[in-house]
Amino acid sequence: MSETQKPIIQMSNIEKHFGSVIALAGVSVDIYPGECHCLLGDNGAGKSTFIKTMSGVHKPTKGEILFDEEPMHFADPRDSIAAGIATVYQDLAMIPLMSVSRNFFMGNEPIRKVGPISVFDHDHANKVTMDEMGKMGINLRGPDQAVGTLSGGERQTVAIARAVHFGAKVLILDEPTSALGVRQTANVLATIDKVRKQGIAVVFITHNVRHALAVGDRFTVLNRGKTLGTATRGNVTQEELQDMMAGGQELASLEGSLGGTV
Amino acid sequence: MSEANTALSDERIKNTSRLRTALIRPELGGICGTIIVFALFLIFAGDSGMFNSQGVMNWSIVSAQFMIIAVGACMLMIAGEFDLSVGSMIGFAGMMIAIFTVTLEWPVWQAILVTFALCIAIGALSGYIVVRTGLPSFIVTLAFLFILRGFTIYLPQLIERRTIIGGIDDAAEGDWLAGLFGGKIFGGLFQWLGDNGIIATFERGTRAGDPVVDGIPMLIVWAIGLVIVGHFILVRTRFGNWIFAAGGDAQAARYTGVPVNRVKILMFMFTAFCATVFATCQVMEFGSAGADRGLLKEFEAIIAVVIGGALLTGGYGSVIGAALGALIFGVVQQGLFFAGVESSLFRVFLGLILLFAVILNTYIRRLITGER
Repeated sequence: MSETQKPIIQMSNIEKHFGSVIALAGVSVDIYPGECHCLLGDNGAGKSTFIKTMSGVHKPTKGEILFDEEPMHFADPRDSIAAGIATVYQDLAMIPLMSVSRNFFMGNEPIRKVGPISVFDHDHANKVTMDEMGKMGINLRGPDQAVGTLSGGERQTVAIARAVHFGAKVLILDEPTSALGVRQTANVLATIDKVRKQGIAVVFITHNVRHALAVGDRFTVLNRGKTLGTATRGNVTQEELQDMMAGGQELASLEGSLGGTV
Repeated sequence: MSEANTALSDERIKNTSRLRTALIRPELGGICGTIIVFALFLIFAGDSGMFNSQGVMNWSIVSAQFMIIAVGACMLMIAGEFDLSVGSMIGFAGMMIAIFTVTLEWPVWQAILVTFALCIAIGALSGYIVVRTGLPSFIVTLAFLFILRGFTIYLPQLIERRTIIGGIDDAAEGDWLAGLFGGKIFGGLFQWLGDNGIIATFERGTRAGDPVVDGIPMLIVWAIGLVIVGHFILVRTRFGNWIFAAGGDAQAARYTGVPVNRVKILMFMFTAFCATVFATCQVMEFGSAGADRGLLKEFEAIIAVVIGGALLTGGYGSVIGAALGALIFGVVQQGLFFAGVESSLFRVFLGLILLFAVILNTYIRRLITGER
């Protein structure tokens, strides 16, 4: 990220109320192309509401979102996908019984004309799938391998590769590492790094500070629906982030008995 | 990227055996079953006339009947839904054609077209109810099973004071559309086969010299046509991918922009279309419509589909497999008759093969998804 670049998404003083519940109470974040922006927060901090607002699922109650310096008003998630904001949810939108290439192109199937009939261009789909997965460092047995046979980390990578292939400018990852083992987490973090280097803005939502520090350029902590500022890489330690997420006090009293290992 | 080219093989990926690769093809069970069934009947009923021209035509027609409704049921099941109203729809469609032609004295082509429109609309309605309410299609179509059967019995009694309406064959004489469902093709070819002694001919009577089998009934043409079209749509088109996606995980499909509701409603309409094709062929063949036509056909269609390797939970299956399931079904039903086995044992066989197929399918599903 360089200082001359303009942010692709600017969110200022976003508030979101659900009836009497205030889920977001004034959140400000800006996202630049080619950076990995980590959004940290404990359970219930408002992370999910925040990304759903960013991806167009929720409309903010107050505040303004600028996308490419234009005010953003998406009617539904499809508009935001078309604009280049792709969200990879925890449940991934993958179908285990279908092959990797069928999943990869689900909803965006390539078409080849045979006379007057449009057919699914399997050769093209298979080739692109193998290429894209290879770029992400995953070697498939074949494009017809069922997604169900892939590990959790590989599935995340398929979902990320799919979003990138279909022109995402902003990639929102909702806790991509929360259910993964050490090795698979490393793979996903490596994938995030590759995506960032292609100039795509990555919004990485997590509650694991170590994962965030491994790839993040900037770190925003959400607590009780508010942002507690944005820190840049190198200016913040693991302990500071941990404290901000927990609100400062509760964890301090625990730390003695756990020996500072949390 | 250089990394992509350096590591082309991965030591963590185990080589899979050919058997395992073959096992995850949905048609495998159907192919094995077909081979076994034909082998058994060649041994035990080979000299009973089951495999002469008349015998082949006999079980081909029965299989084709199953095939027509199995194609619809298969694609609907892959899209994640059931239709239990197929049998009632067959009875209802036949009765509507009869009422339109005999009571209202419409030309047959008009009766057929209006019946198709009506039945496809009913299919769309049950599909709409399923996607809008989110109720299991099992319950919604069970309701239609009774509603349609009820009307099929009530309407002819009300209008004609009987439950079987005949005389459609007279009305269908020379009708351009009726021939598409009730006629036969390749008559000349079979005449030639008979003249050259390749197939049997009548030896005496008014038809002496005519071949015993005088053409391919349109029923079989419809069955083969529907299987080809269904298989093509499912495997080779964008819409086919949507069918798999809608049945595999509707929510995931919606995330990626697949119009799941439209896909499901269209599949309900297609199932109704198949049922109406079946009914029209049957009415044109018998020349009459009866209130009890199509009883239990919904289950027979589902059994054929399951034997063909489709999962009851949706998202996986094959039209070719369903067609082979229908073939097994037809060959066994007629073959037991040729082999001189008590016909009620057919039901025992049916139950056993259904159980076996479901267990095999569950095992295959584990293989594909890597579950333990």
